[in-house]
Amino acid sequence: MKFQYSVEGGDFTMAGHASSQVKKSLKQLGIDSSIIKRVVVALYEAEVNIVAHAYRGVIDVDIESAGIKLKLTDEGPGIPDIEKAMTKGFSTASAAVREMGFGAGMGLPNIRDNSDRFTIDTVVNKGTVLSIEIDFK
Amino acid sequence: MVLQEVCNLVNGEVLCGHSRLKESVEFAFSSDLMSDVLTVKKEHFLLITGLANSQSIRTAEMSDAPYILICRGKTVTPDMVELASENGILIIVSKFSMFKCSGILYSAGLKAVY
Ligand SMILES: Nc1ncnc2c1ncn2[C@@H]1O[C@H](COP(=O)(O)OP(=O)(O)O)[C@@H](O)[C@H]1O
Ligand SMILES: [Mg+2]
Repeated sequence: MKFQYSVEGGDFTMAGHASSQVKKSLKQLGIDSSIIKRVVVALYEAEVNIVAHAYRGVIDVDIESAGIKLKLTDEGPGIPDIEKAMTKGFSTASAAVREMGFGAGMGLPNIRDNSDRFTIDTVVNKGTVLSIEIDFK
Repeated sequence: MVLQEVCNLVNGEVLCGHSRLKESVEFAFSSDLMSDVLTVKKEHFLLITGLANSQSIRTAEMSDAPYILICRGKTVTPDMVELASENGILIIVSKFSMFKCSGILYSAGLKAVY
């Protein structure tokens, strides 16, 4: 099953919409709730990152019998230093993002913790591609 | 602890999800930082927060936290109530601070996640 969602940078009212849809799909498929939680927590933090840090993006969701593949492709500033960005506590988030309950530099590390496979490809001044894979086991 | 008792103890007002008041919950987690809530591995807990916006509802949804206690009488918008209702989430609002709500509920036997 394949789905695609678009995400607008700066639009916090819609942040979480795609994650919510994916959660509903996985529930319908009868996937174990602890695995659904790992998927949607990782996806939600990644979705919020597009809203918080990029201009716009697309989320590609591919649900197969063995697991789920999520690809988040954004147009944005990119990440100049991935290692630094992956460090717990590092954040360039604005005050507006912190008011939303994010911006503590915990998103990327939490995405990694919840993923079975996780990669970041980024080009400064162009954008970022996050790839998240989680097995249903 | 039954959710109706949670509500009574914090002098709360229920905004939506009334049908869940007879359910019971064992654990709670208090935070204004949604990224922190999203690190909680447990499912089915009470989220106690001072953050009243659509992201606190979304965070509860993704975290499988079906009950939210919003402290300090923060304004909950109709959009938030609608989002919570769609997802079957119970919202209780209390005028007490997050510290007071947490203290009362902890003393009454609600357990800490960590
Ligand atoms: N999609 C993205 N585009 C550009 N920069 C990003 C993106 N995602 C994350 N970053 C950078 O990595 C940092 C750390 O991200 P994260 O761990 O999610 O924390 P937070 O979003 O709370 O700042 C961000 O502050 C930002 O500088
Ligand atoms: Mg983030």
